[in-house]
Amino acid sequence: MIPAADVVELSRLQFGLTAMFHFLFVPLTLGLSWILVICESVYVMTGQQVYKDMTRFWGKLFGINFAMGITTGITLEFQFGTNWAYYSHYVGDIFGVPLAIEGMMAFFLESTFVGLFFFGWDRLSRKQHLLVTFLVALGSNLSALWILIANGWMQNPVGADFNYVTMRMELTSIGQVFFNPVAQAKFVHTVAAGYVAASMFVLGVSSWYLLKARDTGFAIRSFAVAAGFGLASVCSVIVLGDESGYTAGEVQKVKLAAIEAEWDTAPAPAPFTAIGIPNQKEQRTDYAIKIPYVLGLISTRSVDQQVTGIKDLRLEHEARIRHGMTAYAALLKLQAGDTSPAVKAQFEAAKKDLGFALLLKKYTPNVLDASETQIKAAAGDTIPQVLPLFLSFRLMVGLGFLFLFIFSASFYFLARRNLAPQRWLLRLIVWSIPLPWVAIETGWFVAEYGRQPWTISGILPTRLSASALDASQLHFSMFGLLAIYSALFVIEMFLMLKYIRIGPAALHTGRYFGETTNDTSALPAQTAASH
Amino acid sequence: MLDYETLKLIWWGLVGVLLIGFALTGGFDLGVGALLPLMGRSDEERGAVVESIVGTWEGNQTWLITAGGALFAAWPLVYAAAFSTLYGALMLMLFALFLRPVGFDYRDKLKDLRWRKAWDIGLCIGGAVPALIIGVAFGNLFTGVAFALDNTVRVSYGGVFLDLLNPFALFCGVVSLAMLLMHGAAFLHLRTEGAIQLRARRAAIITGVTTAALFAVGGMWLAQRNGLQLLQIGDVNTALRPGDKTVGMLAGGWLHNYALYPRTWLLPLLGIAAALLTALSAWRRWGWATLLASGSAVTAIIVTAGWSLFPFVLPSSMDPASSLTLWDAVSSQRTLGIMLIVVIIFMPLIMLYTTWVYRVMRGPIRVSQPGAGY
Repeated sequence: MIPAADVVELSRLQFGLTAMFHFLFVPLTLGLSWILVICESVYVMTGQQVYKDMTRFWGKLFGINFAMGITTGITLEFQFGTNWAYYSHYVGDIFGVPLAIEGMMAFFLESTFVGLFFFGWDRLSRKQHLLVTFLVALGSNLSALWILIANGWMQNPVGADFNYVTMRMELTSIGQVFFNPVAQAKFVHTVAAGYVAASMFVLGVSSWYLLKARDTGFAIRSFAVAAGFGLASVCSVIVLGDESGYTAGEVQKVKLAAIEAEWDTAPAPAPFTAIGIPNQKEQRTDYAIKIPYVLGLISTRSVDQQVTGIKDLRLEHEARIRHGMTAYAALLKLQAGDTSPAVKAQFEAAKKDLGFALLLKKYTPNVLDASETQIKAAAGDTIPQVLPLFLSFRLMVGLGFLFLFIFSASFYFLARRNLAPQRWLLRLIVWSIPLPWVAIETGWFVAEYGRQPWTISGILPTRLSASALDASQLHFSMFGLLAIYSALFVIEMFLMLKYIRIGPAALHTGRYFGETTNDTSALPAQTAASH
Repeated sequence: MLDYETLKLIWWGLVGVLLIGFALTGGFDLGVGALLPLMGRSDEERGAVVESIVGTWEGNQTWLITAGGALFAAWPLVYAAAFSTLYGALMLMLFALFLRPVGFDYRDKLKDLRWRKAWDIGLCIGGAVPALIIGVAFGNLFTGVAFALDNTVRVSYGGVFLDLLNPFALFCGVVSLAMLLMHGAAFLHLRTEGAIQLRARRAAIITGVTTAALFAVGGMWLAQRNGLQLLQIGDVNTALRPGDKTVGMLAGGWLHNYALYPRTWLLPLLGIAAALLTALSAWRRWGWATLLASGSAVTAIIVTAGWSLFPFVLPSSMDPASSLTLWDAVSSQRTLGIMLIVVIIFMPLIMLYTTWVYRVMRGPIRVSQPGAGY
């Protein structure tokens, strides 16, 4: 019995919300950890106290954010099993591997050393502490690598094969899974986006101090680190974003066509629709403004290869559904014990399309008795809603170029030693602090919503992946998650803003804004508990 | 490359090692958290209790996360079936675990006493509830979980949430809580001084004796219950379809392995003896011996539970043939082999740097003067 439609939708909503909520905290962990490494390296090399203060102050904000990242991360690990049991069974043999490696290679490193980062200042030498900070950064970034290898495999499932005895996908090549081109591009794009978010955060908070003319020495140095790191990062986000457009895998093709609202296959090189309103019903884009050649150049890197349009992809998928049905018929025979060479050959020949036949389960549990209309409807399901993808993608790209402008301008005026008079820029930066998060969440939306109706591209439909739970169970978990997450979010934002307002004075060194410098007796002891 | 049968056995052991790794390290963190209101009477004392674990709890909890990941990779069907059938219990445990990272990090961020008190209650819940639920989950393995597999290996469910709270499972929850409280008390007893240490000593004596008694009673109770017997299964050296086996029911069946291999009676006996030894060492004020004894008790109790179930890992009460065993609910030979290599490379590294971190953070915890600490 496949799960009821409302349970699947609730499970999707729950996963989407918890994953996107988790990813409010991940970017800062990924990027801020390297900013801490940069500040602390300068401290170790030059011995200038201000760089130690920078490491400790931004480290405090890092800690407030990190706790939420850990809190919300556990949910995701639980959820594959709790809400996506069939998915876990069906692809755990492959998908579980990067997740387990993430635990052993990355998460352990990050979590073991993060305590020492906060509490080891008085127990470690300078170099030892720098090493600890570096290992935290390395651990959290390696963590992202393995998660994105897992996610990349969902988009482009390579190195795996179906085993009819165990009724699941099994690993055939770990190398292909690790070096999946989709995963590699996604990794660099995603971590670099995290670096941009962290840089914008540090840049924005520093700009606020500069606008208020407080802690300027501290702020300008922080601004400089963030401007340099942010400029380098935003360049790699944009370059690797282009790399992500590279169409490896079936779902990526559909996603690309949907993002670009490419209804018909245009003659190569395809034009790029810069502006327009996609109309799913009529299968055309209203008010389209097209730039010739650009789409073909970006996505195929050639002038003679076509970018397949949505209508043609749909026809292809319809054929694959029909082909998949022969695989399904053979699978039933294999399961019934008929393992004759003819049946095996029939299965082998069509099994790459088995997943397409499974799309029919939504309409008829027996698959093989699907009517023409049902097959057509299932083929229609393989095309995601174009409008939200089209718009989200443009929002993300537009923001990316805004960030490029902000970091370039910051870098330029900083290098000209002419930053303070550019109050317009400083204000723009402060207001831009939330924007990288908007870009990141829309990016994830494009990647994951664009993958529908699949959890594993072309292999396993979302509809089949969920646990056959009762809707009341979902209501319970959803209510609990929403209540706790909302409360924690308010608390986190409160602490974050509070500590930003206090500024480096929170370190109680007596050197910063709002502290009375000569009253050292008021300074509390540096106990281990006060990070 | 090792043959499939050997790999399956090794992975049974490795899942056990990861769970024990969590119980030994994250276990005392949970215990310390649960004991927090009892061990620290004043705000400063509670600060000291938290300080004993605040720098290292995060790495310790990673054992749980990694055990989850390894379960996903090595026993995907067990991960899928267990997590979805125990849905309500796992969500509660998750909600309780939420309170820990923020609790540890945020409690010192404001001067307000009520703020810290609230987080300390959160840390207590975050310690006690998971300790209890992990035990209830283990208890449900012995009573069987209400699930069945269909011919597409999809898990379907028969029970309701309250089934999970049957008397035997709840009893196992209490055993688990007592055991981790003992471990937490043993840890605090070693790390602290003065009044807190005295309280931890008393707690270790009480919980040590309690754990030994409860564990023994649990064993006797188990002897009265039915247990599953694997009567027939295909060639365990090949890939098997889960559900393709014959499973029988036997009175006292969960103790059958001890009848087959009488020497393994040493395991539960060691569990009882080590728990009593924990109490004795605490009474004699032997810091390290108390922690070692309680660690041995924790290990022996978990191994006893695992060995009683062997070769089952997730018994089904709805359809015994759907019960998952270490033979038919595992990943492919290739995946098990690769994961074994990963473990061989990273486990020693993890042990090495964790030891270094503990060495850096060593030394007795002192209660700071009122007003300091912020």
